[in-house]
Amino acid sequence: MEFFYQPWPWYISGFLIACIMLVLLLMGKKFGMSSNLKTFCAACGAGKVSPFFQLDWKSDKWNLLVVVGAMLGGFVASHYLSNGEMPAISEATKASLASIHISSENQYLPKELFSISALSDIKTILILIIGGLLIGFGARYAGGCTSGHAISGLSNLQLPSLIAVIGFFIGGLVMVHVLFPLIF
Amino acid sequence: MKQIIYILIGFFFGIVMYKSEAASWFRIYEMFQFQAFHMYGIIGTALAFGMLFVFLIKRFQIKSFDGNPIKIAPKEKSFSRYMYGGIIFGLGWALAGACPGPIFVLVGAGYLPIVIVLASATVGTFLYGIVKDKLPH
Repeated sequence: MEFFYQPWPWYISGFLIACIMLVLLLMGKKFGMSSNLKTFCAACGAGKVSPFFQLDWKSDKWNLLVVVGAMLGGFVASHYLSNGEMPAISEATKASLASIHISSENQYLPKELFSISALSDIKTILILIIGGLLIGFGARYAGGCTSGHAISGLSNLQLPSLIAVIGFFIGGLVMVHVLFPLIF
Repeated sequence: MKQIIYILIGFFFGIVMYKSEAASWFRIYEMFQFQAFHMYGIIGTALAFGMLFVFLIKRFQIKSFDGNPIKIAPKEKSFSRYMYGGIIFGLGWALAGACPGPIFVLVGAGYLPIVIVLASATVGTFLYGIVKDKLPH
């Protein structure tokens, strides 16, 4: 039982993620999380504004059920299978965090961004909104996110997914190394 | 019955995302700093087994549970949409410290501010649908 409360090692986690993709393939579906955001838009009537959202969103209901499950899993994992501690990141990362004013005595997520009290700062809200906009816009533009391209697409040796993953890393590196010092 | 299976798959995915710490902003930050192997280990292991599974499915023409052949539709060939879209996504991934899967997981874990990220990611998807015909693909 002790194992469940510790953070899981990377080789177990990685293997389990591949198994999730395999089960979805065997169910005749595919592993992709960001397409649910398109389904949300279609279900809310976005098809009236753009033909991009004119689809039979009910055929993607299975993926919305996966989302419901993911939320339940997040609830159970955070409330019953962990102590909410900050991940054991490297000392070098802690030093980098100090330079952008994020405390290294923290929780699972940095309280400077994800605590209720942080929401009293308009800057935090802007960071969360801009982060979300970029994620949603970029994922659909690229035709997938980490699950669809980095896991499913690369597993299928698709060149488009390799280009997308290189793009993910260019964007992430620019954000962390160039923009973070300006933002925080 | 099938509906329960999808919820269970998601449930399992949520626990793996949370417990692997792939849903933690700190691990994403650390990954983009190249200061630990952890995230590369997760993605690398998932890919190694993922490639093996897909190879076996193709090699032995394994059918899905309902008896249909498993087809993985190839993505359309292009460079610009994957590169530009990828860069935009990467900027958001690093800033919010979560990609779409973990966003759902963290909503369930009860972090209220991540709801703002989820709502704006949906708006971002909507905006793409509006302007997509004007973008290079």
